[in-house]
Amino acid sequence: MSLRVEKAGLLTTVQDLGRWGYQQQGVIVGGAMDPVAHRVANWLVGNAQEAATLEFTMLGPSLRFAADHLIALTGGSFAAQINGKAVPAWRPLLVRKGALLEVGRARQGARGYLAVAGGIQVPLVLGSASTYLRAGIGGLKGAPLQEQAMVPCPGSSNPEFPPLGWETGHQNLERTTWFVRPAWYQGFRQELVIRVLQGPEYGWFFRESQRAFWQQPFQVTPQSDRMGYRLAGPALGLAEPRELLSTAVTFGTVQVPPQGNPIVLMADHQTTGGYPRIGQVIRADLAALAQVLPGQRIRFQEVTLEEAYRLLYEQERHLAQLKSALSLKRKR
Amino acid sequence: MANPAASLPQKIKYQLYPLGEAALVVQLGDTISPETFRRVQACARRLAQRPFPGFLELVPAYTTVTVYFNPLQVSGHCHPTPYHRVARQVEELLQGMEPGAAPEATEAVMLPVCYGGVFGPDLEFVAQTNQLTPQEVIALHTQPEYVVYLIGFAPGFPYLGGMNQRIAAPRRATPRGAIPAGSVGIAGHQTGVYPLETPGGWQLIGRTPRALFRPDSSSPSLLKAGDTVRFYPISEQEFRHWQEGGTHEP
Repeated sequence: MSLRVEKAGLLTTVQDLGRWGYQQQGVIVGGAMDPVAHRVANWLVGNAQEAATLEFTMLGPSLRFAADHLIALTGGSFAAQINGKAVPAWRPLLVRKGALLEVGRARQGARGYLAVAGGIQVPLVLGSASTYLRAGIGGLKGAPLQEQAMVPCPGSSNPEFPPLGWETGHQNLERTTWFVRPAWYQGFRQELVIRVLQGPEYGWFFRESQRAFWQQPFQVTPQSDRMGYRLAGPALGLAEPRELLSTAVTFGTVQVPPQGNPIVLMADHQTTGGYPRIGQVIRADLAALAQVLPGQRIRFQEVTLEEAYRLLYEQERHLAQLKSALSLKRKR
Repeated sequence: MANPAASLPQKIKYQLYPLGEAALVVQLGDTISPETFRRVQACARRLAQRPFPGFLELVPAYTTVTVYFNPLQVSGHCHPTPYHRVARQVEELLQGMEPGAAPEATEAVMLPVCYGGVFGPDLEFVAQTNQLTPQEVIALHTQPEYVVYLIGFAPGFPYLGGMNQRIAAPRRATPRGAIPAGSVGIAGHQTGVYPLETPGGWQLIGRTPRALFRPDSSSPSLLKAGDTVRFYPISEQEFRHWQEGGTHEP
């Protein structure tokens, strides 16, 4: 009832929707970098969206299945094979006992998700399965997947995540041709436009820096990880020297250290920071940002708080439709 | 007759602003001060006691309390946005809140520290920088009752206020690749304790055997914003005894 890791991939970790409630104790939220792909992967196999998935980065893992399992792959576009035969993403896949799933390199995007019906069962730490690498907790012993490790998957025996209605359809699932994929995963642009709100300290910056922030592209540098993306581009400066007293920061906060190159904080961001916050990436664009690779360029486009909420509702409506379409599929 | 305004309870002044679509910041001052500290603590207590629909958690810091919420679960009339709805609820909750007296004196959390030697390789440097003996640095470091302003940077890491400026020391020019958990350091005008092994540039003066981050506990951080802390010196032998599970409180 588990998956044996034959190849670990570049950085493969167990993630869920985060460890909430402990930020005032300095414990980060963490969780899936691309929460949309994580949620859809779970829905595809009949799990609750909160179930733990495997998040892989740029190069995926190879996993040997110790039992029949229903799985789904989502996120960036990765070459994936089962027993040497290419398989599609964004749909449920039945993997037979003894089969080998090999996830290769990302063709587009940066991160992929593997959901298994019944979830991945690791001990919850502070209420979450998410791997918190820096503290060495959560997931599989607080670390990325290691070769020969076993990923515990109870499958349909887990009473908490019954993969509703799927069992009877096993035969059909081997011939399924439909898929679901939120529209924004269909094309990954070279220069992505990310929509951003003015941050609390936006007004501290030179007018020229404010203009440059909206008008010039920034490159995501190789010094980028689950904690944050370091950007290279026009240096942004404060109109007068001012120091920010450490205060809360969140997923998508764009902060600017003294040398002037902004950092976008990602899922594993620290709970507090002391750099002026020039912007805040809107929630509806976090999933797209999570799929950006080092070397790619992004542009920031200003939106109002009202527009940000409108875009969030639009995304959630789209996802709700997708989810209800899936539950109809299951009933057939 | 006395000025009527003087007899009115002084209301807490604050500003509210969003941090994205899912967080609201209550700004209660601009500088680190005991007065602002009390307001932040009072505000955090009040908001934590009365969670509204959609409330997730809050993070108190030097001058702010940041309130996290799920914008899809905020209930009621959300015009024009869920943020505005949360802001109205926070305003109601903070209405009539007074800065309050100094918080009831809680007992200080005692942190044993083995100073100098392998645990505090920079104790000599801090002493020399300030023209003190290592013993004087230890005496000055163990003297004050420190205030925990906030926990941040790393799980369980306390930002402490109250260090004697006579033991201030600049950060190391080259940060160390790995600082052992429990290390007690000085950086500029601050002192702190590393709960996890991390890279860092602080001058290390000692180490505590007490765990500041306990992931198996439902309250993983030993310290909380608002706590007070005292350090006291222990020998290397006592340090080893602590590590082996002997937990003799002073």
